[in-house]
Amino acid sequence: MTADRMAARFAACKTQGRAALVTFITAGDPDVAAMPAILDALVAGGADVIELGMPFTDPMADGPAIELANLRSLGSGTKTKDIFAMATAFRGRHPDVPLVLMGYANPMLVRGPEWFAGECRAAGIDGVICVDVPPEEDAEIGPALRAAGVHLIRLATPTTDAKRLPAVLDGASGFLYYVSVAGVTGKQQAAQAAVEQAVSRIKAATDLPVSVGFGIRTPEQAAAIGRVADGVVVGSAIVDIIGSHGDAAAPFVQECVAALRGALNAQSREPAA
Amino acid sequence: MTIQNSLRSQPDASGHFGSFGGRYVAETLMPLILDLEKVYREARQDLSFEAEFADLLKNYVGRPSPLYYAERLTEAVRAEAPQGKGAKIYLKREELNHTGAHKINNCIGQVLLANRMGKRRVIAETGAGQHGVATATVAARFGLQCTIFMGAKDVARQQPNVFRMKLLGAEVIPVTAGAQTLKDAMNEALRHWVANVHDTFYIIGTAAGPHPYPELVRDFQSIIGKETREQIMEAEGRLPDMLIAPVGGGSNAIGLFHPFLDDADVAMIGVEAAGEGLDGKHAASLNGGSSGILHGNRTYLLQDEDGQITEAHSISAGLDYPGIGPEHSWLHEIGRVQYMPVTDDEALAAFQRLSALEGIIPALESAHAIAAAEQVAPTLDADKLLVVNLSGRGDKDIFTVAQALGVEI
Repeated sequence: MTADRMAARFAACKTQGRAALVTFITAGDPDVAAMPAILDALVAGGADVIELGMPFTDPMADGPAIELANLRSLGSGTKTKDIFAMATAFRGRHPDVPLVLMGYANPMLVRGPEWFAGECRAAGIDGVICVDVPPEEDAEIGPALRAAGVHLIRLATPTTDAKRLPAVLDGASGFLYYVSVAGVTGKQQAAQAAVEQAVSRIKAATDLPVSVGFGIRTPEQAAAIGRVADGVVVGSAIVDIIGSHGDAAAPFVQECVAALRGALNAQSREPAA
Repeated sequence: MTIQNSLRSQPDASGHFGSFGGRYVAETLMPLILDLEKVYREARQDLSFEAEFADLLKNYVGRPSPLYYAERLTEAVRAEAPQGKGAKIYLKREELNHTGAHKINNCIGQVLLANRMGKRRVIAETGAGQHGVATATVAARFGLQCTIFMGAKDVARQQPNVFRMKLLGAEVIPVTAGAQTLKDAMNEALRHWVANVHDTFYIIGTAAGPHPYPELVRDFQSIIGKETREQIMEAEGRLPDMLIAPVGGGSNAIGLFHPFLDDADVAMIGVEAAGEGLDGKHAASLNGGSSGILHGNRTYLLQDEDGQITEAHSISAGLDYPGIGPEHSWLHEIGRVQYMPVTDDEALAAFQRLSALEGIIPALESAHAIAAAEQVAPTLDADKLLVVNLSGRGDKDIFTVAQALGVEI
């Protein structure tokens, strides 16, 4: 059952006394043919969870790096069916690595939520992050994913106050993604103290693992966040490497991911407050 | 008619017009959107808010705008029409407002909300530049910082408005992503807003975006329809038979239509930009699109089978957008309003004809509605009354029109 893969991976990381490394790339960037090598490089480098971005023409929550990745992917002709095909193939090669599809509502829902949830399940996708469907619009996608046994991973942000947090957690599963900066994906970095405070507040309200993302680029930053979070999400830094190296990016991606993972391995985690 | 049966009671509590509308935004923005809704509800209950809005519309914007009987246009239509045909055409003169379009009505309302929320910065997206100018204007009037996002292609084709915004003290940021038009400007404004939610109010320029924007923009623009009702009663002693308005996002159209939605005998036509024609590049979301989610709302969009948004095209920068306000999607689906496509060429011809016949140079957006009126009026009896929303003036468009006509200026 897909639900177990995600929980099992976070549990295993906890046993090892470290945060999980969650890596993001955009599906089909630079093109569909390059995907198996890049996905395998993420795994070989030590990624625990893989977020596969569904490209969209209008990625309005993303900064320039991921926006360009979206355009590279669409420009090379990536279609939704290609994304499910690459996920299915990945699942065949890597039966235990959790795979999350991340993106915007329109490409996910254009054929209806049941169709989308069914494809996710069939492709062995463990969870979905839909950036522009807040809890208020859960009916668009939540029920279909739950019925298909696919996690709906929700986002909390610095503007999600204590009053609102229960609404975000209600119906959330897999893990909780804490967006550490009020902004788009990319280079701004949150203050460590603010992240620590936010994560402990969220962990007091849920048993779900809490992963922190946005603005984490270096092994040092990953290690610092990994001391307080259950998962560390790195996206734009990897996407930039793909932007620079294109079809030949796989070894560079693996090197980057291995460095991030090494930093997490070396860092024993303080117990969460 | 009871309130339950009213077409004027949308949206529901969660911001839906039938299956359209809603709040499809990133979590970072949700608390702000909910706060805006609360502030808006309080403002509508506050007589001092209404009084300040009304005072500014009267003394700053110059309302009420006239309802003008376009006698020579009517005669020209009748000359070509069968005997006894050719409706009487009135123009609602929104182009006479301060800053030259209906856009200012909404900006006045939203800047008052920004004040109530204590925000000292406003941002906006703009296509033709009319909304950017209107936003920069109210920002200057209230001493607020102002940043306008505008597609680089629109910056190039709307230079006079770019200069106006700068004169008014606004910063204009050209957006080079995508097709460099209105959609891309809106993406960039949303990105900026997410990163600056603490001190920034986003003055959305049309009746679209996440709830409560479609509702509050409509309410602020409804002054157009309310005045039209009174003015046509005074001029003719009865309601009009038909309303025609151009539709990009659709704020001027919903502002004219909304006060008449429950008057079953008043027909309504929203005019979409058909660009090169519905078989070619166009911006007609209702006639050539399907339901989807973009920029905070579910509505009709131009998109491919994978839900990727396709590029819109119109000679009018203000209509060059692949979506439409959610209330229009609903009115289209229930059949209350008819949506009619008008091409670039038809709009260009109407632009010239209205200038020559009435001494009024319409905005290219409004020229689409004039073109529709010229097609529809000859099919109506001569005793019918038709009101066209002349949403903006065409001074900004003279370079575009000159270029399209092969004239060098």
